[in-house]
Amino acid sequence: MLADTEPDPAASAVPSPVAIRRAVADDLAAVIALDERVTGIGKPEYWQDIFERYSRRRPDQRFFLVAEKVPADEADGFLGFAVGEVRAWEFGSEPCGWVFAISVSPETRLRGVGKSLFRAMAAQFREVGITVMRTMVARDNPLHMAFFRSEGMSGGPYLQLEMDLMTDPDAPELD
Amino acid sequence: MKLQVSSRLAIYALMELADGSDRQVSVTEIGEKYDISAHHLAKVMHTLGRAGLVRSIRGVGGGYVFCGNARRTTLLDVIVLFENPSAGQEDIDAAKETPAGIALEKVLTEIDEIALATLGAITLSTLQKHKKRLERAGGDPVLSLLAEP
Repeated sequence: MLADTEPDPAASAVPSPVAIRRAVADDLAAVIALDERVTGIGKPEYWQDIFERYSRRRPDQRFFLVAEKVPADEADGFLGFAVGEVRAWEFGSEPCGWVFAISVSPETRLRGVGKSLFRAMAAQFREVGITVMRTMVARDNPLHMAFFRSEGMSGGPYLQLEMDLMTDPDAPELD
Repeated sequence: MKLQVSSRLAIYALMELADGSDRQVSVTEIGEKYDISAHHLAKVMHTLGRAGLVRSIRGVGGGYVFCGNARRTTLLDVIVLFENPSAGQEDIDAAKETPAGIALEKVLTEIDEIALATLGAITLSTLQKHKKRLERAGGDPVLSLLAEP
């Protein structure tokens, strides 16, 4: 059973008015703080770099979106964010839209904010001619997977493979 | 991946009951829809009742109602009531402890883990969405992709 204390993967029953827009520099502090709260790891430099690359360069291919309350409340308007981009020909794939970050403020979960971000990202991809959207989820995180499943995503044509270069006996040896 | 008959019946029954309408559905009604023996289905419903997913309503017009949380209950939650999906092969393989057996087991475990993760992330509510979309498309899986969610 998915935990009740966690956000509902399909929380459309209690939607809140949410506005989705592109991120601006003033959002960065809230993004960094939310990510640190959710993951337990502060990474301001990473998000600064992501913001530079995903909100300022190639805006027709990269989307750094922010969800905020309607009407916006200056003190507490930030609800969450999502980042995605169009990637082409990696792994032999035709151009597709990758969602590689989506995060919602814990106290505003269950209100359809994640769903709004997800759908806004899909709309951005569609607008630039992208017909397939992808993401990657940790196998041991059923809640994240349930969220994307509830939005209609299913297993795609690729499998992620990996190797532990330090401990796997099959890892190539250092010269 | 194959599911045991009881697991499939349970999921079919829950799809009928957990459609958001709070309606009562009789075992006979479900059995006729899916061509399932009422006897087998009654046993399945009993198990679902003990797990707190359904409640029986006695009397004329009685039947079962869903009393779980369709947005929290995953397919894996239902399946484990009837089988152990991670049990793997029966322990009849004498070569299981050999290097070949261990290497094979590693591959099979990887496959099982992916299957379990998938079943553990699809809620009854999500499956219900797929079902309703298919119903609107007249059961055509291609047309269902075009149907409104």
